[in-house]
Amino acid sequence: MNKPQKKDFIKPKHINDYPVGPQFEAGHLADINAGWRTVRPVVDHEACIFCLRCYIVCPDGTIFKDGDKIGIDYDYCKGCGVCAHECPKDAISMIKEEL
Amino acid sequence: MEQNIFISGDEAVAHGVRLSRPNVIAAYPITPQTITVERLSDMVECGDLKAEYMHVESEHSAICATMGASAVGARTFTASSSQGLLYMTEGLHYCSGGRYPVVMMNANRSVALPWSIYGDHRDSLSLLDCGWIQVYVEDAQEALDMTIQAFKIAEHKDVLTPMMVNLDGFILTHTYEMVSIPEQDKVDAFLPPFQTENKMCFENPKNMAFSSQPDDNTEFKYQQNEAMFNAVKVLKQTNKEFAQSFGRDYGDMVEEYRCDDADAILVTLGSVTGTVRVVVDKMRAEGKKVGLLKIRYMRPFPEKEIIATAKKVKAIGVIDKDISFGYEGTVFTNVNSALAKANSTVLKKNYIGGLGGRDITKNEIENMFNELLTGKLKKDGEHVEFFNLKVAIDE
Repeated sequence: MNKPQKKDFIKPKHINDYPVGPQFEAGHLADINAGWRTVRPVVDHEACIFCLRCYIVCPDGTIFKDGDKIGIDYDYCKGCGVCAHECPKDAISMIKEEL
Repeated sequence: MEQNIFISGDEAVAHGVRLSRPNVIAAYPITPQTITVERLSDMVECGDLKAEYMHVESEHSAICATMGASAVGARTFTASSSQGLLYMTEGLHYCSGGRYPVVMMNANRSVALPWSIYGDHRDSLSLLDCGWIQVYVEDAQEALDMTIQAFKIAEHKDVLTPMMVNLDGFILTHTYEMVSIPEQDKVDAFLPPFQTENKMCFENPKNMAFSSQPDDNTEFKYQQNEAMFNAVKVLKQTNKEFAQSFGRDYGDMVEEYRCDDADAILVTLGSVTGTVRVVVDKMRAEGKKVGLLKIRYMRPFPEKEIIATAKKVKAIGVIDKDISFGYEGTVFTNVNSALAKANSTVLKKNYIGGLGGRDITKNEIENMFNELLTGKLKKDGEHVEFFNLKVAIDE
């Protein structure tokens, strides 16, 4: 699965550096996981049977195949926990984020 | 050759739109705007206008469709009035925030309740804060000419702000006058096709209309406000270029009429300007020093111009076809704010009337001038008056 390349976002210093209106070249992530994840999914690869149900149900498309393992893009994961809830082997735990 | 034809204000706007060659038109018919969108639909059907005409199911869809088309770089037009305009409100803010230069014709009409199809300014004036440039016209010719100018102003790279061309319902939309229709090749030279970087395209994909956190929101709003101020320069330049190409000069933010040595002036918006003009001429012939200040743009607001005129005169009356309940007319509020900044001590009076289509007569206008010429208010401290009430209101 191809993931889009992420480009660095440089915070504007002058008002003229701002885009005209809220539109910007695609591929930038100005705010990691929209700034509001409180718990993160962590996969127990021993228990995982690689059924990819989590991949199907993730509402943000943050789960991907990392070789023969499940990978999670934590830049985009909002921590909703749907993957953990749906996992048939309870192989995903939601761990509290440390601030 | 420019052709002179006898048409209504609604039809004049339709011709202005046709000559501006929009790519997409989306509108929902509403009295008194209906004829405009019917004519545009006809023009598309018979091939006079090569545009996509979207028959949408509501005004909310009309503004969303034009905004969406604008976001891929199309020149877009919509039209509405009154309840329809208010139904668009959410989209109006969205459109200006996204910097999509949609052009809209609004046929000024009162808002319910009581239900009325007739004209006043309570629809558009209640939307001054939605980030659209607002121009008000005096006759059908100005309606056509400002429609063409609106595309040029709104689409300018320093502006990129949607624009509303307001004309009085029925008084302008449904009355007929001789209107000069500009030649297509001259309009093409004046108004080249819309080009913008602010669009979605395959070559340069963008994340469009994203959210912004408290960290950025103020900066986007600051930028929107600056764009509105940029419009002042652009609309003046556009008026100048238009006058050079077509021979009709409407002035800039305002038009002063016989104000130079005036003691008392009336400030107007829209079609009532024509009536006040006639009264000014009549009273001038009688030796009375009166004048007229026609406000053309409500946003951006002609603050400097109003202050400059106020310095010449002793009394200013503002005619408002509007009332912001619990206070005063909105035009008056805006004029007064400008005067306060200049510490002006000029006598001020707000005349509220013409609501729901009631005529404002020459006689009433003359009475206003006569009160202002006395240099004091009829009733001490009463700056706001509903004129021509048909019933007694005293206790």
